[in-house]
Formats: sequence, C-alpha cells, structure tokens
Amino acid sequence: MNLNLDFATIFERWPAFLQGALLTLQLAFIATALGTVIGVLGAIGRRSSHPIVARICGIYVEVIRNTPLLVQIFLVYFGLASLGLKFSAFAVAAAALTINVGAYTTEIIRAGFDSIPRGQIEAAEGLALSRAQIYWYVVMWPAIEKVYPSLTSQFVLLMLASSVTSQISAEELTAVANYIQSDTYRAFETYILVAIVYIILSLVMRAGFWLLGLVIFPRRRRLGTPL
Amino acid sequence: MHKITRTDTASSVVGLSNVHKSFGALKVLNGVSFEVNRGEVLVLIGRSGSGKSTALRCIDRFETIDSGEIVVCGHRVSDPKLNLRALRQDVGIVFQSYNLFPHLTIEENITLAPCSVKGISKAQAKEQARRVLAQVGLEDKLHQYPEQLSGGQQQRAAIARSLAMQPKVMLFDEVTSALDPELTGEVLKVIEALAADGMTMVMVTHEMGFARGIANRVVFMHHGKVHETGPAAILTSPATPELAQFVGTGL
Repeated sequence: MNLNLDFATIFERWPAFLQGALLTLQLAFIATALGTVIGVLGAIGRRSSHPIVARICGIYVEVIRNTPLLVQIFLVYFGLASLGLKFSAFAVAAAALTINVGAYTTEIIRAGFDSIPRGQIEAAEGLALSRAQIYWYVVMWPAIEKVYPSLTSQFVLLMLASSVTSQISAEELTAVANYIQSDTYRAFETYILVAIVYIILSLVMRAGFWLLGLVIFPRRRRLGTPL
Repeated sequence: MHKITRTDTASSVVGLSNVHKSFGALKVLNGVSFEVNRGEVLVLIGRSGSGKSTALRCIDRFETIDSGEIVVCGHRVSDPKLNLRALRQDVGIVFQSYNLFPHLTIEENITLAPCSVKGISKAQAKEQARRVLAQVGLEDKLHQYPEQLSGGQQQRAAIARSLAMQPKVMLFDEVTSALDPELTGEVLKVIEALAADGMTMVMVTHEMGFARGIANRVVFMHHGKVHETGPAAILTSPATPELAQFVGTGL
C-alpha cells in the first residue's frame, strides 16, 4: 500500500472551495426559509376540514417522499426547460430543494400540530380567538418548539443533500470539488477536504438553529425545559 | 315584604329549554331545561355520565345540541347562524385541566385575548392583567410560566385569564377535580369572592360542601334529565331518593 497524499495543490484552490461552500449555505438558507413557510401551510392544509385541500397536500407530501431527490431536480430542470423557461442552475436547484424539503417539513410540523392538546384549542376558542389567531398564537409556536430538533436535523440533511444539485451544475461545494479533482487528479484529497467543509457547515447550521431557538422560544431560554 | 324575584325573564342570562343531545346512540341530554339569572350561581351536580358537563359545554357551544333551545346573554346558541365569537366574548369558561398556554407567561396568557380579540392596547391589557391577577391573589406571578406554578395557582391564573375578557357569565367545569384538598380550597375561595361580587356563574362540581355554601340554585342531573332542582337546601333535605342517595355518598 502506498498512500501518497498531497493537500498543497488542493489548498491552493481555497477561494473556489469557499465560493462553493457559500453557495451551498445560500441554497440551504433559501430552502430552509421557504421550506418552513411551505411546511406550515402544508401542515395546515393537511389538517384542513376541506377534503380537497387536505388531499392535495397529502399527495404533494407522498409524491416527494417517495421519489429520489435527483429525479425531482431533473424534473424541475427539464420541466422548466421544456416549457421554454430559462433559469440559472442555482435558481432551479433552490426551487427543487425547497419543494423537496417543504414536503418533509410539512410532515414534521403536522406532527407538531397534532401534539397540541385539544384542551389548548378549546381554551383559546373559549376566549373568542379566531381560527387564524388560534393557529398563530396557540398551535404554531408550541408545535414548532416541540419539533424543533427534528426540523434542525431535516434542514441539515437538506444542506448535505444539496450536493446532488452538482448534477445540474449548480456551482455549490460538491460541483466545485468535482471540477477541482478532475483538474488536479487529486480526487481523494479533494473529497477529504470537502467532507471536512461539509462537517463545518453542518456545525455552523446547528449552531445557527440553536441560537435562533434561543430567540424565538423565550420560555425555553429562561427555563431550559422541554415543552 | 319586598323581595326581588329572580325568575324575572329580563334578567335571564342563561336559558336552556328542552335540550336534547346524543353522542351516537347514547342519549346524554334528554330534555334539559333550566335558567340562570343575573348574579345567580347555579350548581350542576350528578353522577359521572349524568350529562352535567355536557349541559355546561352546550352553553358555550362546545357541543352542538340536537333539539331544544339555548339562549345565553341574548345569543341564540342553538341557531346555526350564531356569531360564535360574540357569544364567547360574553361567556368565560374554566376547565378541569386549566389549559393555560404553556409557552406564554401568565401575563401573556391573560393579555392575549383582550389584545387580539378586543383590540385593546398592550399597556391597557397589562394593567388589566395586574388587576385580575390581584383578584385571584397571584399578582407576583405575572412573569412566571405556567409550569412554575402549582396546580391551584394555575387554575386561579386560568380564572384570571377568563376574567380579563370581562364575561357576563362564567362557566366552571369541575375546576377543582385535579387538585388536592388544600389547593382546592384556594381555588374555591376565589370563586366565592367572584360570587360575592355578583358574577353570574354556572358550575359543575363534586364539592358538595362548597355547593351548599355558594349555590343560589342546585340542579341535580340524573340520566340526562333535571331530576331535582331547588335552592341549596335540597342538598340537605332532598326530595327524591336519587338525590338523597347521591348526597348521602357525597357528604
């Protein structure tokens, strides 16, 4: 066995890696933000008493959860192209990741909504709050607090899964790595470095979610107990 | 002798007439009628499953009825076109399990509805929160979270939360059933003070001693019907063997 690692040629390309890492974070940020909105709306939709709305949201979740992310990306990519619409690879990647994570987020948030005891909603109804007010003040915030660890994991997973968008040549971290390794013939070193960068990105995201949690869940910040 | 007649219909706050309600094949209310006048305390008693909690919940339309009529503060509760939120601004309800919002402080629990339903200012709502909390003896708990309070304190906070909406009638659904005797006592004291202030109340309770002390009228429910009704005195000298048996085991 003769393992000869040369990181020097790889390190020289650090601006490209940094650029790729920033793009990966951007993709993750966009998909997380929009995915959360879709997740909340989707969860409300799935619990809707309107059967058609509930059905449509259910189909969306099942279709996304039962098809590979790469296929979804290609569907968005070629689908838009065949409609004659031209978007950047980044925009397509962001859209596909948002649609994907939105479905998983819908299920997570729905579980959170379902965990709110009936008595909480009755108490709010008894205080004459409207349906929208009950959802916003009484159901959504505690529900999100309860499923916050699951949401964090899901969004970190999404950031890692964004490497698949290199297939449509979105210039994120893995795409940059593919390019550099074919340029330098230092494939193993390149992917070791990329793996380390992904770990750092994951840790950064987890830290970000932790900090955000302190801001949006004041009870937890003060008491430190789970809801 | 000049005596205020409390059956005067103009002062009727809650009226049920011939109310029927089934859960599937199970008949829970089988022609229930009673009336509560302004300033009156009506206590609903009866065995578990006799329909007393269901009757109470129908008043605030937490259950819909099959037939009959319910009128509360001028709202026709049995009308399908009822303005539900208007009804619930006039009616306060307190539950056995407190149901405080766990992610909000006591102050936020209390100010939520006045701010978002009545649209009063935050400052005004906070001022009011202080007032209703003082009324239930919890002014020092303003910034605590529900889980930091004892069961009795949580229930008193829940009563304060209801009071902040300035209801015309308060409903209490077995509010002390989850509490030990000491905590029960502190909650009952708050309810007594409310009664003394002239609050109209309907309550379901198993505390017979308390019922005797506070009730203007007692309604004994049995098999979905009002089996016996009268002043608190009926608890000590019941007319029907069923009530005699019930209070015999209850006292």
